[in-house]
Amino acid sequence: MAQQPGARGLVFNEPLIFEHGRKGRKGCDVPKSEFPETDPAATMPPALLRGPVEGLAEVSEPEAVRHFTRLSQWNYGVDSNFYPLGSCTMKYNPKVNEAAARLEGFAGLHPLQDASTAQGALRVMYDLERMLCEVVGMDAASLQPAAGAQGEFAGLLLIRAYHTEKGNPRKKVIIPDSGHGTNPASASLCDYATVTLPSGPDGMIDLALLEKEMDGETAALMLTNPNTLGMFEKNIKKVCDIVHAKGGLVYGDGANLNAVLGKARFGDMGIDVCHMNLHKTFSTPHGGGGPGSGPVLAKKFLEPYMPAPRVTLRDGRYDLDFNRPKSIGALNAFWGNFGVYLRAYAYVLTMGGAGLREASETAVLNANYILAKLRGAYHVPYEGTCMHECVLSDKFQQEHHVSTLDIAKGLIDRGFHPPTIYFPLIVKGAMMIEPTETESVETMDAFIAAMKEIAEVAKSDPESLAAAPVTAKVKRLDETQAARQPDLRYRR
Amino acid sequence: MRYIPLTPNEKTAMLAAIGVASVDDLFTAIPADVRFKGELNLPAPMGEQPLMAHLKELARQNRPATSAATFLGAGAYNHFIPSAVDQLISRSEFYTSYTPYQPEISQGTLQAIYEWQSYVCSLFNMEVANASMYDGASALAEAALMACRTARKEEIVMSNCIHPRWRQVTRSYTENRGITLKDTADHITGRSEAASLEKLITGDTAAVVVQSPNFFGNVEDLKAIGEMCRAKKVLFIVAVAEAASLGFLAPPGDFGADIVVGEGQSLGIPLSFGGPYAGMFATREKHMRQMPGRLCGRTVDRDGRPGFVLTLSAREQHIRREKATSNICSNQALCALTATIYLTLMGRQGFADMAKNCYYAAAELRRRMRPVHRHPFFNEMLVELNRPAADVNRRLAEQGIIGGYDVSRDYPEMTNKMLLAVTELTAKRDMDRLIEAVGA
Repeated sequence: MAQQPGARGLVFNEPLIFEHGRKGRKGCDVPKSEFPETDPAATMPPALLRGPVEGLAEVSEPEAVRHFTRLSQWNYGVDSNFYPLGSCTMKYNPKVNEAAARLEGFAGLHPLQDASTAQGALRVMYDLERMLCEVVGMDAASLQPAAGAQGEFAGLLLIRAYHTEKGNPRKKVIIPDSGHGTNPASASLCDYATVTLPSGPDGMIDLALLEKEMDGETAALMLTNPNTLGMFEKNIKKVCDIVHAKGGLVYGDGANLNAVLGKARFGDMGIDVCHMNLHKTFSTPHGGGGPGSGPVLAKKFLEPYMPAPRVTLRDGRYDLDFNRPKSIGALNAFWGNFGVYLRAYAYVLTMGGAGLREASETAVLNANYILAKLRGAYHVPYEGTCMHECVLSDKFQQEHHVSTLDIAKGLIDRGFHPPTIYFPLIVKGAMMIEPTETESVETMDAFIAAMKEIAEVAKSDPESLAAAPVTAKVKRLDETQAARQPDLRYRR
Repeated sequence: MRYIPLTPNEKTAMLAAIGVASVDDLFTAIPADVRFKGELNLPAPMGEQPLMAHLKELARQNRPATSAATFLGAGAYNHFIPSAVDQLISRSEFYTSYTPYQPEISQGTLQAIYEWQSYVCSLFNMEVANASMYDGASALAEAALMACRTARKEEIVMSNCIHPRWRQVTRSYTENRGITLKDTADHITGRSEAASLEKLITGDTAAVVVQSPNFFGNVEDLKAIGEMCRAKKVLFIVAVAEAASLGFLAPPGDFGADIVVGEGQSLGIPLSFGGPYAGMFATREKHMRQMPGRLCGRTVDRDGRPGFVLTLSAREQHIRREKATSNICSNQALCALTATIYLTLMGRQGFADMAKNCYYAAAELRRRMRPVHRHPFFNEMLVELNRPAADVNRRLAEQGIIGGYDVSRDYPEMTNKMLLAVTELTAKRDMDRLIEAVGA
């Protein structure tokens, strides 16, 4: 067996921060106030006041630094190794983007400062909106949604506002069964009932079924293209025609946009509104679960409904326009995750049009390379080439009572982050592998070797996979106990 | 392209392995009529050197509050951030990892979330907190939805002394669900009265919502409002827009709040033109399964060693789909980590000392300005001016001072008034300059 990247290292045990320190220790020096230290009891009843917050730590700065450094060492990031998490686009997070977000001219800017003191920030917003529109062939964008799910929510609110103005908000949204869980949850938040559309045998939208479901009470079809099987909806134009013929709109989930940059655009396909995940396609870091940024983009006719405020440019001066009578309103206290979309702005400028296309071409090449190399060792539920991610299943391994979960945990021992598992729901035991464009062929070859070795071990020594992982900080955790006896906070 | 490792030779070999002649052959699934044939109309690619020069030039076109004399708050505050905070969140094992779906290799993120949940419970004096929401405003919107879900009712009574933008966000989230928001008209007195809130309660009211300190900087009478809510059998939701106040004021949990939400920006998170921030969300254990968002729980591994996992996920969209308690997926994990590190460094005493310094600065400002209201306060206040706030702000800007928030933008009848905020970073000489400029 070739040497795997996973190795042993010194892993520190580290208790909860609450089990550290001593009474009276502190990790900061708060200077004495320049102002008179007047007794607050002079202005308010003592019952409204509190003393030191019990439950906060009492540790020195070096103890705090060591605590969080040790915690970080228990994590696996893109900077550690390959992270082929399907539909999550775990590409490299460029360091210049981090430097950009930390420039004081951006990081120190208060959101309510007068526009004249924030021209650089407003220009970033204005220009990024234009650039993102170009990438997906839309006319208007809002950077306000804080993540993909809020982008979906915003997009569906635009659709609802459009229908409402035409006299009927309509009642339903159609979502293919391969869609992300956020799609139906977002529809529900807009008070739309969800109609689940079973995929055809080829993994595509079944046109006849769509035609049957689509009616005058259907507000929209929400689809992901390429879909979560990593396949491009080949009848996308026809799909949009069917929906439009009944007065509905088409929503494009941008989760898989990394497949088609410079190759195909939502707007050109007939899609009316979409969101994109800047924390996927545009290289901003995932931060262990967020913050993301999920701009919503739409065709011209939906622009009046966009979240307020809008960034405007008049006579060379950027401003925020709050006077938007048809707007769906506000989604966040301010203008969205500026620090995140600023990173995406730096990324778009780094890549340019040609670079973005090269990213997608390479991402698709890498996914097909992995698919070609693993075909045979693993079951491929939908044949043919894939886009930027490929879907495998544990069908062959099940014969030896080895599941997708065991394969995933086996990968951890070999030094790799597992793929997305058990999604899409329509493939039993799914493993969704998305390599992205930022991996070297050596890294992918090492992953392929690990996957093949696991396929062999599944036959020869399935128990070892059932025991995996054994090299991580902890072994498999008892999730049943976690849910039955929830322990969600420290208690002294 | 420095982010893409493959060489042309490697690409050729990979294409051969796949069994196709060119990369274009991999895109044949895209029908010809939707294939994009041209070149995206974007600026030409920039190397790191020109890019950084361009970004620095844009940054120079901003005048950041952090390097000015500033009195602007209204939901975002300029507090001191210890250097260790950014150093630690820059550990890329933290910031380049995904949501901790594979707990064995995500224990760092998970333990930090557990510590964050514990801190939020301590700050609010509540029983259970989640891993974070997008920001305080969307956390409030989710609290309103949760209250209606829990009470099976469709009306929320809101004080109009809540941040106007937070009320707008709550409206965006609730109006299509047939939920009615009823606003009081308490802005005149600057404080929510239990009586005026009570008047709006009907049999269909799920909850009463107040913010404390409220938008005008006034500390609400949470005791009286909480008692009224219990008497009327409606849920009591409290919003906290300035988290630093939690080091000084008695926490909402002391007054029987059922749900408490907050904006965590003050806890070590840069102003960054409005985001990313961290929404705080906490409730009582009995409502735990109605909460939105992720929860991290402590459990044991196969060897009985302690460890952490995401739990109670049957509430969430990836399991429950259209019946989920919320559509939230990505949250603000790294910002919650930032706040956790900040709170650890500030600690039990330091956080309280910082908060006191905010109060001392505010008390001084109050003595020297003309406050509109005479209620208890923390670090923000509405003051009376001789002229419209916009005029005053223009004059202050000429002297390099960032003035206060012009409340007539949201409350048109409140003219010649300005909302001023101070923090532990407010310097006496800057306050002197402000007072001189406003008085002049």
